Amino acid sequence: MKQTSHYRTLGTRSTTYWLTLLGMLCLVAAGYLAAHRMDVEGHWITGMNNQVVWGLPHVFAVLLILAASGALNVASMSSLFERKEYSPWARLSGLLAICLLVGGLIVLVLDLGRPDRLIVAMTYYNFKSIFAWNIFLYTGFILVVTVYLWTLFERSLAGHVRRAGLLAFVWRFVLTSGTGGIFGFLVARQFYDASMIIPVFIVLSLILGTAAFIIISMVLGQWYEDSPDTALLRKLARLMGIFITTELFLVAAFHLTNLYATEHHGVEHFMLVGGGIYTVLFWLGQVVVGGLLPLAMVFLCGRDRFPKTALAAAVLALFGGFCQLYVTIIGGQAYPLVMFPGKRVASSFHDGEVALYNPSMPEWLLGVGGMALAVVMVLLLVRVLPFLPDYRRSRTAA
Amino acid sequence: MPTDRKRTDDALNPDRRRLLAGAAGMAAMGGGFSIIRLALAKNDDEAVSSLTRWGLLIDTAKCSSGCNACVSACNDEHNLHGFGRPLTDPQWIRKLDLVDEHTGHESSLPMLCQHCEHPPCVDVCPTGASFRRDDGIVLVDKHTCIGCRYCVMACPYKARSFVHEALSNQKSYSPRGKGTVESCTLCVHRVDRDRTPACVEACQSDGGGAMVFGDLNDESGVLAGALRDHPSSQVRRDLDLNTGVRYRNL
Repeated sequence: MKQTSHYRTLGTRSTTYWLTLLGMLCLVAAGYLAAHRMDVEGHWITGMNNQVVWGLPHVFAVLLILAASGALNVASMSSLFERKEYSPWARLSGLLAICLLVGGLIVLVLDLGRPDRLIVAMTYYNFKSIFAWNIFLYTGFILVVTVYLWTLFERSLAGHVRRAGLLAFVWRFVLTSGTGGIFGFLVARQFYDASMIIPVFIVLSLILGTAAFIIISMVLGQWYEDSPDTALLRKLARLMGIFITTELFLVAAFHLTNLYATEHHGVEHFMLVGGGIYTVLFWLGQVVVGGLLPLAMVFLCGRDRFPKTALAAAVLALFGGFCQLYVTIIGGQAYPLVMFPGKRVASSFHDGEVALYNPSMPEWLLGVGGMALAVVMVLLLVRVLPFLPDYRRSRTAA
Repeated sequence: MPTDRKRTDDALNPDRRRLLAGAAGMAAMGGGFSIIRLALAKNDDEAVSSLTRWGLLIDTAKCSSGCNACVSACNDEHNLHGFGRPLTDPQWIRKLDLVDEHTGHESSLPMLCQHCEHPPCVDVCPTGASFRRDDGIVLVDKHTCIGCRYCVMACPYKARSFVHEALSNQKSYSPRGKGTVESCTLCVHRVDRDRTPACVEACQSDGGGAMVFGDLNDESGVLAGALRDHPSSQVRRDLDLNTGVRYRNL
């Protein structure tokens, strides 16, 4: 196992690096223009409506926020659980966590009906709202991880790394719980109103964060003379596999618990059997392509083809997480509110109907733009500060 | 705290009130009774009291499926005429047609903000823009609503709408805004002038007389009396929100 105590910046002059950066900047610009148009025209130009009020931007935002929390896995393995093989990558882990969170928050803010009132959100608080708590959890996360990174960068603070790592570890679990709580505390809707959503979101964050780390570290590796360690990638991918197994178990438990209660039979039938796109995304996207397939890849693949397999499995796991959040956030709203059990309801406001939702181009651009912003931040910051391990110098020093 | 909000609609300052009271005496001799009523109206600086809790009783047996008087009155009162986009146009009150799946019994009722004692929309609002007045009316402060729509997600009655596009010709007593959330105000501008909500007035005059408005806390009042004398129910009673809107023959 490679060990290092030296770090470096990314000094590549590769054309693919600059083209990637340029492409990501274009996506960021497109996302901003989409958000601007939504702000000027109003949300009627999106697919969102008074039945599905949270749409694709929220799927992307929650995906990025959960991935941010999970991206700290490597840092936690290194600083808290003292697994030395992860130590060289702890800095990148912290950086990725901050960048993903910023990307997610930007999407969330730009989708607000009044994004110009962000200052109101920062100055008026209703502490009974989990949303208000999350504002502190998100900004606090950035602060805590920054302090953690500081202890990693500043050698005189090396004695505080474990304490800072512990704080970041606890904070990210609370953050993910808070994000799950946004849905878990909604008593009105059949598919939410379940504390089980919180552990489901926590494990999903571990999957998404690990997958994001594998992808980013391997993408950076192509511009990096000393590519990431195959053995480490194998460990990370298998860790992701364990998380996927756990998530499949939790999701099964969630649905089985619902199926036990007659009042939830309607929504369960909708999600598992008759929900159209939501049923397809659940079984095909979340369970098969985003769950069982990456699971088989990371546990059954041979050692020689592992780096590429790990990358493919991570991409599929991200796709599975996207499907899971789409089904949860949008499918959960598409199923009609049950106000009068045992009665069929009809109205001009689409009561009793499965809600229509077709994601629009501005929503796609805003969501993808948020992801691209996170990537741009990583690509630029690794050039500015020494986030990447310098194996060559470490070996020479040894 | 959100519940401490005071009425801040168009001003009637004390000096003007005294002037009007003086003029009222002369006007009354000439038959100007309405001026006396205006002079004796509550001061706008006066806080609402929790001794009052405004509410509604809706008798579904008197509400016919084809009648839309309450909806039309609300739309006219607050200028809620939409853009011809049913998925995004706001609705503060709507008619629901119900059919019992087992017996086939049909009924119809208006659904609007239920002005809950424990409103989920107020609980989840991050900025406190959704608030409940001491007299039980649940409102949205359009100046602090950031348009996050969490309250729309939280409402068990689908009573809230998000304003999806720019508005024009708004009523001065019913401010609205693109990018914010809105719902039934129980015609607070009328209630604060001792008048009944527009929907109730229309139901009495043009509809089946199914809606009764009043003070749930006033034991001698018509609403509390009707609730005491006849069985009634709350929609989603299981949530224990203690709604201000009650239904009969549901």
